[in-house]
Amino acid sequence: MTGSHEGHPSPLHLAVALDGAGWHPAAWREPGARPRDLLTAGYWTDVVTEAERGLLDFVTLEDGLSLQSSHRTQPDERTDQVRGRLDAVLIAARVAPLTRHIGLVPTVVATHTEPFHLSKAIATLDYVSTGRAGLRIRVSRRSHEARHFGRRTIPRLGLDDLDTPAAHELTAELFAEAADYVEVVRRLWDSWEDDAEIRDVATGRFVDRDKLHYIDFEGQHFNVKGPSITPRPPQGQPVVSALAHPGVPFQLVGRSTDIGYVTPHDTGQARALVTDIRAAQATAGRAEEPLHIFGDLVVFLDDAPGAAASRKERLDTLAGRPYTSDAKVFTGTPGQLADLLLEWQRAGLSGFRLRPGAIGHDLEAITRGLVPELQRRGAFRTAYESGTLRGLLGLPRPANRYAPSEPEGSPRP
Amino acid sequence: MSKPLKQIHLAAHFPGVNNTTVWSDPEAGSHIEFASFAHFARTAERAKFDFLFLAEGLRLREQGGKIYDLDVVGRPDTFTVLTALAAVTDRLGLTGTINSTFNEPYEVARQFASLDHLSGGRSAWNVVTSWDAFTGENFRRGGFLPQDERYSRAKEFLDTATELFDSWGADEIVADQESGVFLKDARAGAFVHEGQHFDIAGQFNVPRSPQGRPVIFQAGDSEEGREFAASSADAIFSRYSTLEPGREFYADVKGRLARHGRTPDQLLILPAATFVLADTDAEAQELAHEVRRQQVSGQTALRYLEHVWNRDLSGYDPDGPLPEIDPAPGENTVARGRASVRSHRDPLAIAREWRERAAAEKLSIRELVIETTGRQSFVGSPATVADTIDALVQADAADGFILVPHLTPGGLDAFADTVVPLLQERGVFRHDYTGTTLRDHLGLAEPAAAPVTRRVAS
Repeated sequence: MTGSHEGHPSPLHLAVALDGAGWHPAAWREPGARPRDLLTAGYWTDVVTEAERGLLDFVTLEDGLSLQSSHRTQPDERTDQVRGRLDAVLIAARVAPLTRHIGLVPTVVATHTEPFHLSKAIATLDYVSTGRAGLRIRVSRRSHEARHFGRRTIPRLGLDDLDTPAAHELTAELFAEAADYVEVVRRLWDSWEDDAEIRDVATGRFVDRDKLHYIDFEGQHFNVKGPSITPRPPQGQPVVSALAHPGVPFQLVGRSTDIGYVTPHDTGQARALVTDIRAAQATAGRAEEPLHIFGDLVVFLDDAPGAAASRKERLDTLAGRPYTSDAKVFTGTPGQLADLLLEWQRAGLSGFRLRPGAIGHDLEAITRGLVPELQRRGAFRTAYESGTLRGLLGLPRPANRYAPSEPEGSPRP
Repeated sequence: MSKPLKQIHLAAHFPGVNNTTVWSDPEAGSHIEFASFAHFARTAERAKFDFLFLAEGLRLREQGGKIYDLDVVGRPDTFTVLTALAAVTDRLGLTGTINSTFNEPYEVARQFASLDHLSGGRSAWNVVTSWDAFTGENFRRGGFLPQDERYSRAKEFLDTATELFDSWGADEIVADQESGVFLKDARAGAFVHEGQHFDIAGQFNVPRSPQGRPVIFQAGDSEEGREFAASSADAIFSRYSTLEPGREFYADVKGRLARHGRTPDQLLILPAATFVLADTDAEAQELAHEVRRQQVSGQTALRYLEHVWNRDLSGYDPDGPLPEIDPAPGENTVARGRASVRSHRDPLAIAREWRERAAAEKLSIRELVIETTGRQSFVGSPATVADTIDALVQADAADGFILVPHLTPGGLDAFADTVVPLLQERGVFRHDYTGTTLRDHLGLAEPAAAPVTRRVAS
């Protein structure tokens, strides 16, 4: 199949998920890691520039409202892993003026933050990146994160409590709130029509206020009046994405996002997850809208057969236990990974978000190993074809919901 | 012996969403596009300014129940723009106005600590409070904060944020690849705050930033505002840019510091100041008048008068006499989302004074508003403006100025090119940055890292 376009309905999309020194807890101890630079602009600029060099669609930046923890619901008090991080929206903003093509998708937590602030922050990220902003929405069901804000109480859940009715109810509530949050964020992006700023010297009017709209959102957790203080961003609607495991999160993806990240461990699962997301999308009445489904994978890549697996074993030894993840953990060569991605693409995934096991090694293995391999197979771009993230993802610039006369997908002048 | 010359501090206020900013000029550019901010910031850095300043407003202003459309409308998110500007500047301080009413300390602290990391120690926070339910309609918190609780919340907000900034010591990250020790102490960032407005505990997740904490600005002028500044701020963004009122304010606020165990050099007084430059003083005066007419159109003058009259005056002719009718009593309901209307304490007296002045000087509504509101702080040739600024600073009317140009983004260019070199020649303004952080530029000491005493949350 090498060198052929056969079997590839469209080129696939590739993103990398950036978190600290990488996704393996011992990644910071690798020779190529820069563990003392993780809080510097230089580190993030270098890493995102490398991703751009590989022509990737976008990077996501992890974030959270507490110290990182190996425990799903509580602090772990560990001192042998990376702890401490910077605000992901601001990392994206810092990198934006120094990059030109790659999308910037910070993680944001809906549960304790203000949709009004977040909407203008991402709109502004879209301005400072001239159309390359997105966001990855997540919820927080960690009791200790709620204590950082003191505005609501979230019960402390142990690992044994995660499958109880109370935990499911909490999850449903938090995801419903996140859906409201995205709705508010999106309405605020549309609350200025594109041509609201008129600068009409004759009448002395800076804006046409008939083109500014109250959003009048009323929900269980917040009411937001609008309009935004920030005009509609260059992309109209920056790209909204979410990681989703089966169940309630699929409703959020189906209803609210442009990209859902799923975590299949084999081709059959990939196909089943796509079916489920499409069903959630149809239930939400969005069957006709473009919605990307990306597969998430943790990757350890080396050219020599077996080398990646032994590298992961070495890291596991340093960490004291084998690394596992919600996503499939892949070890192998760029060629083997390309085989897997193309097979999963045929199962219905349109792209992949790769989580580098160790950024210092695996990011370059992706950009300088995997990407050329996919290019040789005609499955990945050889140059950036658009200056906006929506453009890279093949998403049209959406009409403004408050301007019914605007033709669908009209190009921005 | 005369005392040694004071060094002047200069900063640049990005033109704001009020009628000072002239958007109708052919040279006026975007207030939203990043290129405007980058141009403005690079000019300020080329001129070796201390910092750039961004204001904030969290709801579009309304007047008579409609969105106010005569001034610039719309602005970007403060944190996002400042952090992006860190990428296109090297030394310039980055000061953002952030509201303490519609935010939470944990989030604001992590944003400022992140900005400080990502700018290599150049962040500053102008702490403001908000009083109105009008703005609250955009936020979860919503609601309304009684006037007398504004400063108590602001103070506690700042104290809480400071506890978060100080929850990490300077050397907590070991990151020793050999031994596998990343953190010195598993409880890094631990904090407990139990107060009237905030009851929070846990671990802060941004390690200590280059400046330790952002530089703190305060902008309020009330008694509570001055006390807040004297106790907690590093600099005041004040409104008194002329000699006598400036000296009075300066003496008052600096005089309060000792009671808080602080010395006069620990709080800088930096009034906002507008300016108009031309080759000669006469040309500058003429240009200044022209700019004031651009800033105060007939419609703008009527809307301004409504702030005092608290009535719809749209039927009046801006080129005619002031209204005979008196201001409507009670709370101002005409203009919303605007702090300045609250400063009109006695509308009847103001109306009487303005009518008398208009009659005596034969002024129309528009002319009166131009005369009472528009006058620029510094008007003249570069030499005159340099003289004026230097004289004000040496006379202790200020420690420097936050300059507010009326044009975006080029309104600072002429000042940078013509006035700054004259101040440098006099030896009262730096030729180059001598430090890397905003604290260095302002001559402020590093905050003593509080000895980290870990309290464990219950």
